[in-house]
Amino acid sequence: MNNEDKLNELDLLKELGNIGAGNAATALSQLLNKEIHMNVPLAKIVSFNEMMDLMGGSDRPVAAVFLRMEGELSGSLFFVLSLDDATKLINQLIPEKKISVEELPSHELGLSALQELGNIISAHYLTALSECIGLAVTPSVPQVTIDMVGAIVVTGLLEISQVSDHSIFIDTELTETTDNQIEKTKGHFFLIPYPDSFEKILAALGEK
Amino acid sequence: MTSVDSVVKVGIAEMGIVKSPQLIRTCGLGSCVGVVIYDTSTKIAGMVHIMLPDSSLTRQSPFNEDKYADTGILHLVENLFLKGIKSYSMKAKIAGGAQMFQFSSSGTDMMRIGPRNVEAVKEKLAALHIPLISEDCGGNNGRTIEFNPENGKLMIKTVNKGVCYI
Repeated sequence: MNNEDKLNELDLLKELGNIGAGNAATALSQLLNKEIHMNVPLAKIVSFNEMMDLMGGSDRPVAAVFLRMEGELSGSLFFVLSLDDATKLINQLIPEKKISVEELPSHELGLSALQELGNIISAHYLTALSECIGLAVTPSVPQVTIDMVGAIVVTGLLEISQVSDHSIFIDTELTETTDNQIEKTKGHFFLIPYPDSFEKILAALGEK
Repeated sequence: MTSVDSVVKVGIAEMGIVKSPQLIRTCGLGSCVGVVIYDTSTKIAGMVHIMLPDSSLTRQSPFNEDKYADTGILHLVENLFLKGIKSYSMKAKIAGGAQMFQFSSSGTDMMRIGPRNVEAVKEKLAALHIPLISEDCGGNNGRTIEFNPENGKLMIKTVNKGVCYI
């Protein structure tokens, strides 16, 4: 495969990320009754350590919802938020329980709300992706955790690590438009397809 | 006081060696295991960030030997030999091997990789007759670790439980 082909493939993946994220952003907008946008996602082949750098360093504390894609495609999907943004989102979802960043790790209701949010928007992301490429993809039950981003994301790299030291990394940034037009980052979607699924995605896109 | 630039960072599936007053650190260990092998007399220490238990799992050729417990520890020991460390003076400390997520259904073996990594690391250290002085393994939280070859202390930092030394 030459470099030009590789770039074209990454463009296709980027487009796929756009479609998935567009759907997820719509779902989040409806849930929060706010305008949520996604910016152009990044699709890149990166080393594991470069990926950690892209996520702000492997020991950055984050709130993450993790689920696996199953069915005709397999891979990992992470919805990652800073602790501040996670707290703000939870407070928008359950305004009657005002929670603080410090309470977040042990706040069961809050975490469960975050898990449900991750579940809804991931399902929208995967539905769009699945329809676009014509392959059946189902999400596993999501898990939510608060910890170092590296420790969390490595779980999604284990399958790939047996065949490679690099992974495809499709990043999508969700931003919120406020009244004074300043956009604030709400979170990131990281899609990490397993090696055989990467080929399947490209084959499916190629047939279109 | 040691300055910040004297901390050597070890990435995922990487290895490093330092001599006091340098420190050596690896960040965000989840299911991975950080293995430190050190010598108190020369104050030289090496660290490897293990990702998987057994190099027979690899489907790569050639493969990164620092990724696996069996080959990574051997690689580290060989490099310490090159620094003049004798095998009888080597000691080890380890941390990591957490299980970050609990998947009840469709739980593949990969989800139990943390405990398997710890087991494989201990087996390899025993096979090489390197005494394991202390460990902080398991659980379901991430760890950042930093070793000081000057005093032989391993610092362990977590998000929710703060800092401790082993």
